[in-house]
Amino acid sequence: MNDSIIKTLSVAFAVCLVCSLFVSFAAVNLRDTQNLNKINDQRVKVLQAAGIYDESNTNIEEQFSVLEAMFIDFSNNQIVSAIEGLDLDSYDPVEYSRKDGFFTAIPNDEDIAIVKNKENYGKIFILRDENNLINKVVLPIRGYGLWGTLFGYISLAEDLNTVEGLEFYSHKETPGLGGEVDNPRWKKIWIGKKVYNNNKNVSLEVIKGAVNPQDQNIDYKVDGLSGATLTSRGVTNMLAYWFGESGYKQVLENLKNG
Amino acid sequence: MANKYKEILVKPIIAENPITLQILGICSALAVTSNLTVTLIMCVALTSVVSLSNLFISIIRNHIPSSVRIIVQMTIIASLVIVVDELLKAYDYETSKKLSVFVGLIITNCIVMGRAEAFAMKEKPFPSFIDGLGNGLGYSFILIVVAVIRELFGAGTLMGVEIFPLVSNGGWYPANNLLLLPPSSFIIIGLLIWVIRVFNKEQVEEKDFSLSKHDVSPNYEKREINV
Repeated sequence: MNDSIIKTLSVAFAVCLVCSLFVSFAAVNLRDTQNLNKINDQRVKVLQAAGIYDESNTNIEEQFSVLEAMFIDFSNNQIVSAIEGLDLDSYDPVEYSRKDGFFTAIPNDEDIAIVKNKENYGKIFILRDENNLINKVVLPIRGYGLWGTLFGYISLAEDLNTVEGLEFYSHKETPGLGGEVDNPRWKKIWIGKKVYNNNKNVSLEVIKGAVNPQDQNIDYKVDGLSGATLTSRGVTNMLAYWFGESGYKQVLENLKNG
Repeated sequence: MANKYKEILVKPIIAENPITLQILGICSALAVTSNLTVTLIMCVALTSVVSLSNLFISIIRNHIPSSVRIIVQMTIIASLVIVVDELLKAYDYETSKKLSVFVGLIITNCIVMGRAEAFAMKEKPFPSFIDGLGNGLGYSFILIVVAVIRELFGAGTLMGVEIFPLVSNGGWYPANNLLLLPPSSFIIIGLLIWVIRVFNKEQVEEKDFSLSKHDVSPNYEKREINV
């Protein structure tokens, strides 16, 4: 009896119906918590990159409120507080770098970090001191490592040149090798390094092996990750691209000049 | 009766372990065992999926037409996996990020389908549930052993807590990076199978063929070679 066509169809239909109800019920009910997790996860990374994350305080929204988010208009490299049709709080440059009409393809010869598409509007987080002067800025960066794209944030001090912290929130590098980009000791090396040299060229790079403490360019060099030459090279390229002419260089200049 | 359930529950842990005896579910055993926290979450996820899928399939087993039975099983398993994935994303976002696709891949884990076909389609709901639980625990047992070895000797930590201070962090333990790569689980699981079979001789498979003795023929010396 079980094998009659009517029974087969009705069992199949009933199973599908029950299962789909079950799945959609779970998905709809959990959506808000999931979105909040996603946003908070990003916020924590921004705070960590800025070096102001307080682990004991679980109210991430409150911690995050000290940072002022702004749009970067890459067409004129100015910082603006509003762009028509975009919501600043939820705006994710990475998401919009895949959305039609919101990105520009990067010419191959400029695309050293294999970013492929650059969003037309970037995002910057600014921490101001009590005199309303810039204290720190946090900028999103991304680029290709060995297995996939590394996504992260880098923060700069008030001179817009000294690194205050680096934090990757998503990557596919090998744990223990390239995955060591998450190693707190390695991330600590970055603090105090300089991005631009006196000629305003991006000079910061991850070298192979350890930096010689006597090196006169020590401010521009970071120890390589052992066993992860390609990841290290990827991080160098990422810096070169995002702080270069097609990245944040002009934006930072404009910001510095008021 | 209670003894029967106990047997169903305990047997898959070592005697009929899904990984070391049936060699099922190896893919995720390789992929998620480099960190103990991630492994534990994966074990909970798989155990709940396999026991619940066994339960639901067993409840409707008398109504499943044999022509579409695999699809029906898959639909139930897939729904459970999606819900588990959603729950993880909502309540343990950090770990769900690390597990990424491997939660979704529970759908294709042979242990889940295997138990549904081999047990839940024939037995009553409660024993099926217990069977799923037992198999989940058997899977978890192996994964936890592998993860402890891999994380402890590969990264010097357990659940992210430093046990052996690494040389790269100023300590004394030079980490064995091989253990952090998936192939090392193959080696560890292979060694585990060996150890289990030393004590559990009945698990040793019969040889497919036996080598015949190969003495030198007595006439060998006398043979002449024509050139």
